[in-house]
Amino acid sequence: MIREGVETQINPFDLYALEEAVRTKERRAAAGDASTVTVISMGPPQAEDALREAISLGADEAVLLSDRAFAGSDTWCTSYALAMALKKLEPDLVFCGMQAIDGDTGQVGPGIAIHLDYAQAAYVSQIVEIDNKKMKAKRLIEEGYETVEVRLPAVLTVVKEINEPRTPSLRGKMAAKNAKIPVWTAADIEASEEKIGLLGSPTQVVKIMTPPCRSGGEVHSGETDQLVEKLLDTLKCLEVV
Amino acid sequence: MSIRVDPEKCNGCTLCVKSCPTAAIEVKDKLATITIESCNLCGACVSTCRFRAISIDIDKQPVEDLTGYKDVWVFGEQRDGKVAPVVYELINKGRELADARKSQLVVVILGHNLSDAVADLASYPVDKVYVYEAPELAVYDAERYCRVLTDIVRTHKPEIFLAGATTTGRSFMSGVAINLYTGLTADCTGLEIGEDGLLYQIRPAYGGNIMATILCKYTRPQMATVRHKVFPMSCKRAEGKAEIVNLTPKPQLFGSRSVFLEFMEHIGEKVNLVDADIIVSGGRGLGCPENFALIRELADELGAAVGSSRAAVDAGWISYAHQVGQTGKTVCPRVYIACGISGAVQHQVGMRSSDIIIAINKDPHAPIFDIATHGFVGDVLEIVPALTKRIRQMRSAQAVCTV
Repeated sequence: MIREGVETQINPFDLYALEEAVRTKERRAAAGDASTVTVISMGPPQAEDALREAISLGADEAVLLSDRAFAGSDTWCTSYALAMALKKLEPDLVFCGMQAIDGDTGQVGPGIAIHLDYAQAAYVSQIVEIDNKKMKAKRLIEEGYETVEVRLPAVLTVVKEINEPRTPSLRGKMAAKNAKIPVWTAADIEASEEKIGLLGSPTQVVKIMTPPCRSGGEVHSGETDQLVEKLLDTLKCLEVV
Repeated sequence: MSIRVDPEKCNGCTLCVKSCPTAAIEVKDKLATITIESCNLCGACVSTCRFRAISIDIDKQPVEDLTGYKDVWVFGEQRDGKVAPVVYELINKGRELADARKSQLVVVILGHNLSDAVADLASYPVDKVYVYEAPELAVYDAERYCRVLTDIVRTHKPEIFLAGATTTGRSFMSGVAINLYTGLTADCTGLEIGEDGLLYQIRPAYGGNIMATILCKYTRPQMATVRHKVFPMSCKRAEGKAEIVNLTPKPQLFGSRSVFLEFMEHIGEKVNLVDADIIVSGGRGLGCPENFALIRELADELGAAVGSSRAAVDAGWISYAHQVGQTGKTVCPRVYIACGISGAVQHQVGMRSSDIIIAINKDPHAPIFDIATHGFVGDVLEIVPALTKRIRQMRSAQAVCTV
């Protein structure tokens, strides 16, 4: 499970990714197959708080990728750095949220799959079946649901519909408190200097501006009948009816 | 590489402090001071500073000659031969960009049995349609499409490559950009060619609280996925046809570790939420799942799509596919009708770029009224069914007249 960003909170979509990873571990355990859930995040040192929260929610281990050299990384470099770290962990399944809520690009998950040369399934709303070799997953796309069978190892990005995340257990909270969270630097993951940070990023932000605020128009109140007529007039003006 | 504040130019005005998304700047003794550990070099402060006091040095050069790259490409996304509506919007924008660059506009389409789709695309103001047909390309496969498109881009070298920011566009474009080690900007809402000939890509970030302009200076193609319904659709060309170029994809690139099994269309939905011109959306104010039928009835009457707030989805009144907002879909219809939705900021993120917002809510202080073009304070359970009834009455009266 992967998160990115600078807040000390877990991105909402990543909570679903974490929950699905924990459920997959439980599913495998029920079939007599042990596995571990490791949460990995790239961010500033304070991202450690979010990783502890992830442990309280069922993750076994956590790793923080943190290094000044990563600053300014765009999605290319972020997915590269995460992929380099994942190479050390060798997971057979990587769960990501469909997008972050700050950058909300949705590009990092599929990018990791390419860097790792793993199979991929984006916008997964249900894991229908899974074993150690393959999984059957349902993807939520614009017009409906698509079911695909994907060979492992694979990278998944998940949508909200996939599950309802649990709340932290007492045991989880204790584990979170006591967990040792290693911090990996660019050197630790053998990331090439030219491929990370601002220098490695193909894109650069050149300007940031605040869009003008949208302001409200006229607010009508009164008897229902009058409101309905006014509403109907509005819809007529807009050529909706 | 580093970020620096020029003490000669900085007067401690604190504009940069407000612009910093990571809270890395504070003003000490009338001088902006950046905590390097918190800074992620996003550049927000650099462009905000009116005194040009902050700078980020990048010492970078292109690794290859970029002059070999020309033309603007649009990805012709299709499913079962039906072209995605966003493609026509991209053609419109792509035409403008290609004209500004004095280059050609090419639509690239992958699939199988595409003759109708190709003939249709050729009737729009594009210069060429590159067609790659094979049974293996009939349905979208992220891995295969990514590999084939990477090869096509390497061969033909477009300068700009655009795709819709759809579930398909977002997933394969990322892979292509990774393979080519070039830049990809997600979900753009503005694209223009600057005086320097570069593609200025504008996109909302942090839930639309800021607009970022992004450049890809040193590598090609400059790639972007584009938000639906931001640019108007292209009109058909007045005369002639685009040149249709049938090309052969390389079969050795067809390998994939996924198999498509089946597709299930959203049942009972006549209109796709993201493509909808009109959306009627319901929220917590409806009170119970049965009342959501009122929203559906009004939507049916208006030929609109049905949306919802997170509260209604979490309560199980309607499926997640309808959710609008931060953890759901971003929509920009011509008219968005919010019924019984208070309009929390997470909901606003997903709908505030709609052209017209109509809000019906009984709480006059609901935040939705701060952004609604037309607000109506009243009981949604009375107003919505009464409105549906009035529209039906009006329609039957009109029908009688026509007879």
